[in-house]
Amino acid sequence: MTNAWTDIKNTDLVVIMGGNAAEAHPCGFKWVTEAKATRGAKLIVVDPRYNRSAAVADFYAPIRQGSDIAFLMGLINYCISHDKVQWDYVKPFTNASFVVREGYAYQDGLFTGYDESKRDYNRDSWEYEIGPDGYAVVDETLQNPRCVWNLLKQHVAIYTPEMVERICGTPKDAFLKVAEMVGECSTPTKTMTSMYALGWTQHSKGAQNIRGMAMLQLILGNIGVRGGGMNALRGHSNIQGLTDLGLMSNLIPGYLNIPTQKEPDFTTYMSTRAFKPLRPNQTSYWQNYRKFFVSFMKSMYGPAATKENDWAYSYLPKLDVASYDVLRVFDMMKHGKVNLYFCQGFNPLQAFPDKGKLAAGLAKLKMLVIMDPLQTETARFWEDHGTFNKVNPADIKTEVIQLPTTCFAEDEGSLVNSGRWLQWHWPGGSPPGEAKTDIWIMAQIHLRLKELYKKEGGAFPDPIVNLNWSYKDPGEPTPEELAREMNGSVLVDVFDPADPTKKVLEAGKQLSGFGQMRDDGTTAGGCWIFSGCWTEAGNMMARRDNSDPGDAGMFLKWSFAWPANRRILYNRASCDLDGKPWDPSRKLIEWDGAKWTGYDVPDIPPTAKPRDVGPFIMNPEGTSRLWVRKMMRDGPFPVHYEPFESPVANVIAPKVRGNPVARVFPDDWKTFADIGDPNFPYAGTSYRLTEHFHYWTKNNHVNSVLQPEQFVEISEELAKDKGIALGGWVRVWSKRGELYAKAVVTKRIKPMTIDGKIVHIVGVPIHWGFVGAARKGFTANTLTPFVGDANIETPEFKAFMVNIEPSTGPVVA
Amino acid sequence: MNMELSRRTFLKTSGAGLAGTTLGAFGFSEAEAAVAAAVKPFHLVNTTEARNTCTYCSVACGIIIYSKGDLRKGEKADIVHIEGDADHPTNRGTLCPKGSALRDIVKSQTRLTQPMLRKAGSDKFEAVSWDLALDKIARAMKDDRDANFVATNQDGVTVNRWLTTGFLAASATTNETAFATYKVVRSTGILAFDNQARV
Repeated sequence: MTNAWTDIKNTDLVVIMGGNAAEAHPCGFKWVTEAKATRGAKLIVVDPRYNRSAAVADFYAPIRQGSDIAFLMGLINYCISHDKVQWDYVKPFTNASFVVREGYAYQDGLFTGYDESKRDYNRDSWEYEIGPDGYAVVDETLQNPRCVWNLLKQHVAIYTPEMVERICGTPKDAFLKVAEMVGECSTPTKTMTSMYALGWTQHSKGAQNIRGMAMLQLILGNIGVRGGGMNALRGHSNIQGLTDLGLMSNLIPGYLNIPTQKEPDFTTYMSTRAFKPLRPNQTSYWQNYRKFFVSFMKSMYGPAATKENDWAYSYLPKLDVASYDVLRVFDMMKHGKVNLYFCQGFNPLQAFPDKGKLAAGLAKLKMLVIMDPLQTETARFWEDHGTFNKVNPADIKTEVIQLPTTCFAEDEGSLVNSGRWLQWHWPGGSPPGEAKTDIWIMAQIHLRLKELYKKEGGAFPDPIVNLNWSYKDPGEPTPEELAREMNGSVLVDVFDPADPTKKVLEAGKQLSGFGQMRDDGTTAGGCWIFSGCWTEAGNMMARRDNSDPGDAGMFLKWSFAWPANRRILYNRASCDLDGKPWDPSRKLIEWDGAKWTGYDVPDIPPTAKPRDVGPFIMNPEGTSRLWVRKMMRDGPFPVHYEPFESPVANVIAPKVRGNPVARVFPDDWKTFADIGDPNFPYAGTSYRLTEHFHYWTKNNHVNSVLQPEQFVEISEELAKDKGIALGGWVRVWSKRGELYAKAVVTKRIKPMTIDGKIVHIVGVPIHWGFVGAARKGFTANTLTPFVGDANIETPEFKAFMVNIEPSTGPVVA
Repeated sequence: MNMELSRRTFLKTSGAGLAGTTLGAFGFSEAEAAVAAAVKPFHLVNTTEARNTCTYCSVACGIIIYSKGDLRKGEKADIVHIEGDADHPTNRGTLCPKGSALRDIVKSQTRLTQPMLRKAGSDKFEAVSWDLALDKIARAMKDDRDANFVATNQDGVTVNRWLTTGFLAASATTNETAFATYKVVRSTGILAFDNQARV
């Protein structure tokens, strides 16, 4: 989230599209209710299903899954052609006026530089024109035909209300009603918020779905303001924290990057990370990258990271591909290229697409290690559960070690919520049986491995034996020790270069924030964006003062928010060029003539004069980006691409199948149904129920009583066509697998007309499996395709093709 | 730092009388007030409170865990009840259908309680000791890493990566757990490293 749950009360219009907050985030959704009750805010829901968010909406518009970009570009087209643009925001605070260099173009669904054989672009032409002064060329009059604004206008022109109806199935009237309500938020005193979740991410173009809405929000002037923003509702309780801490193939904590093999040394690595400002006076905060990187390496390797060895740069593994994400790793596993795999609190046999392929991969491992508080299907993938998991255990040679861990109620530490608040919690109960904390387990594994390397030697032991593990009890570091380490501390006294008698930083002290981090090895800090969470003043994450000055919804003394306890990102943009709030009744910060003050921590140097420094301090432009240069693989503007399995060809680019740069493994093409394949005529989508949380609550008796049995949801029209009765058994199958479930026949799903063709939707809730307290069911991912988003490889769970027929139910072996 | 201590002490010393009076003033009927007066002291006097966060979605509702026994005194603590934290700015004491049943996930019949091993080709798990499990894991890692570690690529560039072992990290664990996990995993050169945020 750019904003916070409590800030939603400040909005005038909530758009829930790509999510279902009333059911998936019920207690956060209460802030929508609050805004409706106290401000008269309106709620729009755009979704394939008339869900419970829609049930309390002021307006609901149906949309076919996988067509969101057409809808969003349609909204932008409407705002531009109806002059629903907050010009005083767009001109100075976005890159609308930046001129794009000659050579860049877009045609028939593709940008310049496409190479079909590589399924990739040469993106060199996707850049600004650079002037003789070394800065990007801008045209503040927006007359230059190659400025971003004019390119955008041209790009979205095809997405007319008629085109939106053809692609999305949203009736033109309904689309125009949404457009009108959204357009009203282009005034400085009306604000819209976007609430989205997996309904936008789980597509082969998920990242561009989100960009589409972010662009719209910038055009309306809704980023950085109270009641506005791009609000990713997010999933698990610490999914934000795990992302922040970079537990991913290609990340270092705080959104730094693991080097690639094209960066063999530290100098080369840093050479592309200078982040030189693209306009005069701009902050371009990533210029501090080196300080954050060196402090991280000091935290990892302590005295073994020195200036002489480039801060132990060689200890970091170097990537040969973009990332070893889960899809790539399970593909490798299936081909016998992975021997040992760890699942920490994770149930991949259910969580990733195409169960058949996943199970084949797990069966090729030598050893699978499970760390979990609960039984999972993954831990028991080798166990025969008849039709739900048909296997012969004797054929599966994988050794499985299952380790019992504590759960939230038995451990101490912090979690990051969707609004970036780091909240500390305390344990309430003793662990069951021999269950241990994950910290203890990880420490034990590390110490044993280190011991083996010390005793036996072996392949490059250095990063293991030199890992900084200076905890009081190396066998079990405390949460406090680890939190202090992430915050960072001073390693060596630092003196003022102008006055060597003056000590600036004192060895042994906690850093007060990332502003104190240095690139000379005198500071350590595990995750720069968390710096400030545990200072000399103590544990800031444990703060529990719930006062809220000005009733602004900021709660600055409750817990700690990254970065720097800031509650709304880009909040400088809540003021006009001169530093006056766009809406005085919703003041966030303002320029008082000497500095920025207000209810939030300013997202700009506190004494940076208005008009000098732009509000988007992380970007070298100082502005936000409507056109994103070469930073996304599939284009600087979003384009409507059909899902890989789709009932129709792409209306705007008939020759393009799916997202043209999304990665597809060679074996998987044949597992996708053809476009318009009559064997798989119905558009499937997966979703969640309010009574269940993923695959956990089927282990919970209460939730299993509330929703005991697997079902799929279809329209009355499809039920009639196929002779399916309400509550009757059906078989649903895709080209990859099948499941049996009861049919829920509702008015909540309606057939849609897509490009002149009637398309029926089949809704598939995901919560069942073959272990737990609920009745056994099929994992929903038997149906879903093994393909991910072109930029970040999030699987396409939301749009796939299936068939359905009445059935007598599963044959239980 | 743990502010519930002071609140708890306050209520302990002020006793049930105050709770009854306060609830009465909020318009509870006498019968309800009597029930509330009995329940509240049971919570606040007979149990230990711990502030925690709901483990499910990232709204991150504040919760209070009530236990018999006090972990801070080194006692065994048995969780008897979990409810929403009325002081929390986001949820203000409310919980959803999932959060309301949190106690039952902590107490689930399918909680794991001891290390288990499933041997190649076997159709069952068997209980093993922690030492055996951890030694086996460390040995398997060492052997696989030594056999498959890639120190340099075809061009002779130092790459120090290990691709035949992978690690999938949790996303309901704490930041502190995640950081410890990061350090251990990254130090080995593993690149097949991912977490729930991917999906």
